This record gives sequence, structure tokens and C-alpha cells, in this order.
Amino acid sequence: MGDWSMTSPLGVSMENSEISSISRVTLSSSRQNHDSLYSSSLPLSKSSHNVLSAFCIEENVPQCILYINQELSSLGLASMCIATPVEATLNSVPALNAMYELLQAQRRSQRSLEALEQDLLRTSSTLEHLQTGNYRLKDQLELLKREKSGLHEKERQLQLKIETLQSCLKSEKEEIQKLQNIIAGRASQYSHDAKRKERECVKLKERLGQLLIDKRDKKLAIDVLNYLGRSDGKRIQWKTGKAGTSHEGDMYKSLLNDYEARQQSLMVENSELKKVLQQMKRDMMYILSPHKPCAKASPGDDSPERGFPPAGLEGQDEVGECSRENLDQSCEKAREQLTYSIRLQWRRLKNHMEKLDSQVSLAQTQQQSGSEEAVPREVHEEEMQRMRLEVQQGKDFIHTQQQLLQKQLNSSFDDETAALLNDCYTLEEKERLKEEWRLFEEQKGNFERERKNFTEAAIRLGHEKKTFEEDRAAWLKNQFLNLTPFVDRKKYSLSDSQSALSIRSEPELQQSYTPAKLTKSSTYNEFSTTYSSISDGLPSTTELYRTLHLIQPETRHSKRGSWQEPSSPIRAENLFGKSKCSVRCRDPCILSLDKDGDSPI
Amino acid sequence: MNFSEIFKQSNQLCRISPDGRYLATCVQYRLVVRDVNSLQILHLYTCLDQIVHMEWSSDSLFILCAMYKRGLVQVWSLEQPDWHCKIDEGSIGLVSSRWSPDGRHILNTTEFHLRVTVWSLCTKAVSYIKYPKACQKGIDFSRDGSYMALAERRDCKDYVSVFVCEDWHLLRHFETETQDLAGLEWSPNGCVLAVWDSCLEYKVLLYSLDGRLLSSFSAYEWSLGIKSLAWSPSSQFLAIGSFDEKVRILNHITWKKITEFEHPATIYPALAGLGLMCVSTGPLTLYQTHNEISQPPFQIPVVKPDLDRANPKVGVSSLAFSADGRYLATKNDNMASVVWVWNMQKMSLEAVLEQTAAVRCFQWDPRRPRLALCTGTPRLYLWSPAGSVSVQVPSEGGFQVHALSWHSNGDSLVLIGKEHLCLCYMDTEDKSTDSNIWTK
Repeated sequence: MGDWSMTSPLGVSMENSEISSISRVTLSSSRQNHDSLYSSSLPLSKSSHNVLSAFCIEENVPQCILYINQELSSLGLASMCIATPVEATLNSVPALNAMYELLQAQRRSQRSLEALEQDLLRTSSTLEHLQTGNYRLKDQLELLKREKSGLHEKERQLQLKIETLQSCLKSEKEEIQKLQNIIAGRASQYSHDAKRKERECVKLKERLGQLLIDKRDKKLAIDVLNYLGRSDGKRIQWKTGKAGTSHEGDMYKSLLNDYEARQQSLMVENSELKKVLQQMKRDMMYILSPHKPCAKASPGDDSPERGFPPAGLEGQDEVGECSRENLDQSCEKAREQLTYSIRLQWRRLKNHMEKLDSQVSLAQTQQQSGSEEAVPREVHEEEMQRMRLEVQQGKDFIHTQQQLLQKQLNSSFDDETAALLNDCYTLEEKERLKEEWRLFEEQKGNFERERKNFTEAAIRLGHEKKTFEEDRAAWLKNQFLNLTPFVDRKKYSLSDSQSALSIRSEPELQQSYTPAKLTKSSTYNEFSTTYSSISDGLPSTTELYRTLHLIQPETRHSKRGSWQEPSSPIRAENLFGKSKCSVRCRDPCILSLDKDGDSPI
Repeated sequence: MNFSEIFKQSNQLCRISPDGRYLATCVQYRLVVRDVNSLQILHLYTCLDQIVHMEWSSDSLFILCAMYKRGLVQVWSLEQPDWHCKIDEGSIGLVSSRWSPDGRHILNTTEFHLRVTVWSLCTKAVSYIKYPKACQKGIDFSRDGSYMALAERRDCKDYVSVFVCEDWHLLRHFETETQDLAGLEWSPNGCVLAVWDSCLEYKVLLYSLDGRLLSSFSAYEWSLGIKSLAWSPSSQFLAIGSFDEKVRILNHITWKKITEFEHPATIYPALAGLGLMCVSTGPLTLYQTHNEISQPPFQIPVVKPDLDRANPKVGVSSLAFSADGRYLATKNDNMASVVWVWNMQKMSLEAVLEQTAAVRCFQWDPRRPRLALCTGTPRLYLWSPAGSVSVQVPSEGGFQVHALSWHSNGDSLVLIGKEHLCLCYMDTEDKSTDSNIWTK
């Protein structure tokens, strides 16, 4: 600035300020303050408008060259070549080179500038986007905050309510306690008063009776024309001590009679139960043992359960014999043995049944490969495969359609961000669908497995059924021959044969549902078909259960039967009121058959 | 089914003699004895005042007529019409009079239950039993007539005295574990005495004839308890009806509850196979077999009881076993128009008989499982396992049946109206027509 203030008077003296300024530049060509000079000259040149636009004129060529040389060197170009510092003449080749380089640099800088500008634009747009996002999030936050505060408020209110209710409850409880106390107090007071009153009443009665007796009530009298004889024709006896003892005796006699009658009835019941037990044991033994000779007699019989190993049969018979003896003994020790033997045999029966079951299932698996029922199952499988394919296609179709629809919807939005978001949504959707699809597949697999199980069970059941039928037929025949007291088991077997019929109709059912499925497959509805298959499979399960619980209904039936039996004599006998004894001995057996806990065995 | 002509009666006093040959009715002062079959008047006795209570002796030879207001009891003989007997209780008053089972003694309960006077017609002897308890059923004779149980109250405790009826010898005297004994009843075989507490406490005590406590049963506490009690004819069941609208059945071996019968307002099919009979009083035909049999579920009209009042109309108030013990008929007081019939073999509900009006009275045929009931309308309703019938009583004046009682052979039925009575004969010979439903 000092320079400037120094030159300003100089410039005033000059007639052309522009020139003077240049001369000043040339004069003060010290390198140290060149930058400041240049910078100070720039605003000056700006203020002095267009005259200075021409940088180089005839007079200041060497300065210019110098200057440019300096500039170039400062920029790191090959400045030396432009001009020699001594002559200050333009060396054209390096100058051109420098110029070219400058131009290149210029162009480069231009390009980078452009890129930068674009960058700026982009960043500003993203900024904007982020800002809008931010605003939106802020709004959301605000909303959530408001919601939260609302919820808080609600919670607080509920808390308050709970508190009031709790206090209410507490007070109610207290009230109840108080009332209970009051009731108890009143009750005791009442009973006390009642007792007092009763005592008074008794006293009054006593007094009244005394008074009446004292008064020698004349009216109190009986007026009979003549005395009557006793209804039993006997004469009246005097009251003696002997009479009292005889009364006691009579009483005890009647009591004893009652007990005897009761004991008799219990004995009868007991013996009947024993008979039933024996029958059961015999049946059980028969079921367990006689397959041995049967198998020997008919080796051609292909039923596998006939080959039941007769391992513990001898011992079993022994047990049966000794238990039969015990039954006749009917004492405490025998009972223990009896229950033990029954338990043993029962266990054996159970084992046998289990073995039968396993054998049947084994036979099933063997037969499965060559059985005629496997054919429709394969058909099913194929059908299923085809259907699944169709479903898959349909699914894909729907999926693409959905995507297209989404795209169309997205195109309506101009906004870039919206598109971005939509993309996100579709991605998400896709994810979700994929998840659903996976679940779906899983379900389908489950259904498939279930169906397989069902069909297998049905097949097994058929076989089991057949063997059971045979078994039972043999059993029934035996029973019929034995003329058992369980007459009504026949009834049961009848009903059971009906159920067996219903099972047999099952393969027809299965066949009937295959065409139904074929028609349904055209509707692309997977659920309906799978459900239908399940519902078709259901009757087989109920049948399965029914057959598995075979033993239970049977026992119930036999109970029912013995219920009915003794009931008819009651009616017949009790019409003539005197036969009470027979009624008594009949009725308890009804009772104890109904209530197992009461039966005294 | 035939009906007799209508006779007059008063105080609903009509009794058929225990041997089934005579029908005694009271008309004001007069006692009329008719032949059951011909309905001709055999005897006519005139008492000193209006008869309030009348009872046949067990041998059907004597009739007791009680006039409580005057403290008088008059006894008439059928064999000797001029024979007479008059018992005057004097100023001490009379509230109840009954025959002893031998038909030679009369037990009079004096006013305020001061004492029970036992009058012998054989010796004119008088004996007193002190401290009888005033309760629902304080005296009960065993069915064979050999023992009498009497509830007593001394020093604010309940006692039971067992007398031998032959010579009124006190056999046993024991204290019962009751708060306030309400009644006692012998089992039909005479070996067990059931004693129950008042409705404030649910408690049944079972005593042996020799005074041992066999068992006690209590179903619940605090709320109102037992309302009615009945033994099955074979003595093996004891049915207890209570205020909670249930009947509990005890067995005779363990004295534990076998089952309980509820009386729900809605009946679902689960309650076993049964047919509901809605007996309507619509068409005036004489016979109406198989009235309306509805299938469950169905609703039963319930009257909400006023629980604030004493003795609320709720709970099982009457129980009756059929003569063969196969069925039990019950009536729940807040369903007054319904009689429930339970099957005692299956321990299940057999039938629900719904009437249009409240059931007044029901009674089992003493010979067959056949239930007769009346509702205070001019109709008689009969139920048997085979079906049901309702019959219009043919009369001009509109004979309304308020009570009924069976003849001991089950062939006829006395229908008792307000001031009239008539006999209804079941046609037993003519099986071809309507009555065949009974023999099914």
C-alpha cells in the first residue's frame, strides 16, 4: 500500500493514468512484492474498464514476456524457454507449447469443474431428499411421540383404575369379613337365645303339665263300651323284666336276620362274580393257549398269529389249575394268589395282543409291495405331482402378474425416490412371498406325509380286521359251545360285524375320492384338495380307534347284559310284596356291578 | 277306564280300608262307610263335631275320627256298629291322633307337644310319653309294626326313643348328633333309622335298630339343606331331596352317595333317551294316549323363587319310589308343573312329565310301575314306562282333582276334589283297548 500511496501522486502528474500504472509496474519490478502488486493491480484494472483488456501492447512486450515467463515458471511450466531473461524476446516454440499446455490445462479444469458442478447438483438433490426424509421421519417421530404420550396417559389411567379397583376389592373384602363376623356373631347369639327360649318353653310346658295333673282334669277320659281283645288274639301280659329281655332278644334277632340276609345276598353276588371270573379266566386261557394244536392241525393256515410261541403255556395251565382251586377256597391268602394270577394272565394277554399287532403290521409291510392297493396310491402320487406342477405354474403366473402390476403402478410416480421406495417394497414383497411359499411347501409336505400314514394305517387296519374277525369267530364259537352266562356278547359281536362292514367299504371310499380330486385340480385350489384328502382319510382313523378300543366296549356290553338280567325277577317277584328277601339278594349285585368300588371281592 | 258317580266329602277325608274292601268318607259330622265295589252305604256314623282327621285301623275293623278343636277322638267299629269309644283329651288339647300299628292303641299328641298319650282300647290304660319333639315327622312306626321311633327334645338336645309297640317298652334311647332334628324314618326292613336335621343344616344320620350310628352324610354346608327323604322299597337306596334342586341317592352298604339327580331347566340329549310328555288340556276327548313327546333339548318352565322369604319354593319337595323300586318320581318346587321320573337301574332320567298346571299330587300304583298325578284340573294323568294317558273326569260341575290315592290292589283310584270325590276304575280285564299300553 505504501507503494500505492507513493505512486498516486506520480499518476496524478501523468496525463494517462493507465500508462502510469504500467510504468509503475515496470518500475517496481521487485519480485518480492509482485503478488501484492498484481493483486492490487487487478481491482484497478477492473475499475479501469476495457482499456486494460489488452494485456500486451507494443511498448510492454518484453515486460509482458517477462511477466508471462514468471507466471509460467510459477505455474511450473517450461517458462525458461519462452524468453531469456536478458533479451526478453519471445521464443515462439516453447511459447506455443506453453500455450498448448495452458489450453489443455484450461480444458481439463473446465471438465473437472463441470464434473464438480454435477456433483454438487447431485449432492444437493440427495441432500434435499435426505432432508425430506428427515422431515418425514421427524413427523413420524412426532406422531409416535404423541402416540406414546397418549398410551402413557391411557396406561396411567388404567393404573389409576386398577388402583381404585384394588382398593375397592380390599374394602369389599373387609366388608365381607365384617359381614361374616356379624353373621357368626348373630348365629351364636341366635342359638343362645333359641336355647334360652327353649329352656323357658320347656319350663312352661313342665309347669303346664304339672298344673293339668294337679287340677285332676275331669274331662280327660276314655269311654269304651267294652274292652277289645288284642288283634293277635293273645291276652295282655304284665310288664316284667323278662319281657324286656325278650324284646332285646327279638331286636337282636331281627338285626341278625337282616345281616344274615345281607350276607347271603353278598355271598350269592360273590359266587356269581367268581363264576364270571372263572369264565373269564377260561376264556383268556383259551385265547392264549389253543392256537398250538390249531396250528399243528392246520399247517396250511397262512395266518401268522397262529404260530404264537407256546413258551409259558404249561406254566400258565398250572397257574390256572391252582387258581381254580383257590377260587373254591375263597380265603384271604387265596385272594392274593388269585389277583396275582389274574394279573399275570392279563399281562400275557396284553403281550399276546401286542405281538399280534406287530405281526399284522409286519405282514402288512411285506404285502404292501405286491398288493393291489399300492396301484391307486401310485396313481395318487402322480396326480399329486402333476397338480403340484400346475400349482407352481399358477403361482409363477400370479407372481409375474403382480410384479407387472407393481411396475405399472410405480411408473405413475415421477419421483425418483418413490420408485426407489417401490423397488424396496417389491423386494420386500418378494421376500415375503418366498417365505410364504416355503411355508406352503412345508405344509404340503406334511399333508402328504399324513396322507401316506393314513393310507398305510387303513391297509394295516384291513388286515388286522381280517385276523381279528377270524380270531373272534373262533372265540365266539367256543363261547357259544361253552354256553357262557354272557349271552349278550353275541349282540356285541353282531354290532361289531357291522363296523367291520363299514371298514371294508373303505377302499371304495378311497377310490371314490380320486376322481373328485381330478376335477378339483383344474381350479388351481391346492387347499381344497388337500383338505378333501384329509377328510376322506378321517373315517379310517375313527375306525382305527374303534378297533383299537375293541376290548373296552365289549366289557361294557357284558356289564349291561348282567344289569338287565337280574332286573326282571325283581319286578316279577316284588309284585307280591312279601318276597323282600329275594329282592334284597338280587339288588345288591346290580349295585356292585355298577360301582366297582363297592363290590367286596 | 270307568268312573263312578260323584260323592260328597269334606276336608278331603276319604280312605280306603287297608284290606281294600271299604271306602270311608267324612261329610261334616258324619262318617260314611261304603263298599268299594258296589259303593253302597254299609254304615253311617255320626260324630260330635266336624271331623278333622280320620284313619282306618290296620285290621280294617275300626275307624278313628278326630276332632282336634274339641280335643275329642271317636272310634267306630265295623263289626259292631253299636260299639263306641270316645277319648277326651280334656283341656290339654289335641293336635294329632293316630293308630298304633296293632290297631288297639291310639296315640294322641297334645297341644304344644307336651306329651304323647297312648290309650289302650283293650285295657283303657293310659300311658304318657314326655318330651316329644314338634317337628316335620317326629313319630314313625317300622313297617312290620313292631317298633316305634319317637323324636324327643330334652335340655336343648335331640334324642330318639325306640319303643316296642307290643307293650310300649322303651327299647333304646339315644342322643342324636343333630342341631335341630327335623324327622326320622325307618327303612322298609325296619333295621335302619334315618334321622335328618332341619333345613338349616344338611345332615342325615343313619342309626341301627340298636342305636348304633351307622353313618352320617352331609352333602354341603351353609345353604339350606334337606327338604324330603324317601327309602326305596327294598331298603337299599335312600333318596334325599334338598334345596339345591338335587336328589342324592345313598346305598345301603357303605351309606355313601351313589349318584345325584339334578333338575336342570334345559334338558339336553345327553341325559339319556327320554321322551318329554307335554300333556295339554286342549281337546276334550276322553282318552289321549301319547300326548306330545318332544325330543330334547327342551326348556322347562321355571318360576324364580323368592329367596328372601322363609321356606322358598325351590328344591325337591316330594320323592316317591315305585312299588318295584325301579323308578323314582320327584318334583322340584320351582318347576311345579313338572314331575321327573328317574330310572333306578340305569341311574338316569327316564321321563319328564310336563303339565300345563302345577302338579298337586302324584302317587305310584302299589302294584305296578304306574304313576298317577293330578294338577287341580278335571283331568287325571297316568304315566307308565310304555306311555302316558290323560283322562277327563266326566262330570257336569267340573270336578277338579286335587288329590288322589290308589286302591291297594292298584285297580282303582280315588280322586278327591274340593268337596267331592269319585272312583276311577282301571279296566284290567279289557286288555284289547287302551289298557294294553300298560302291559307292553
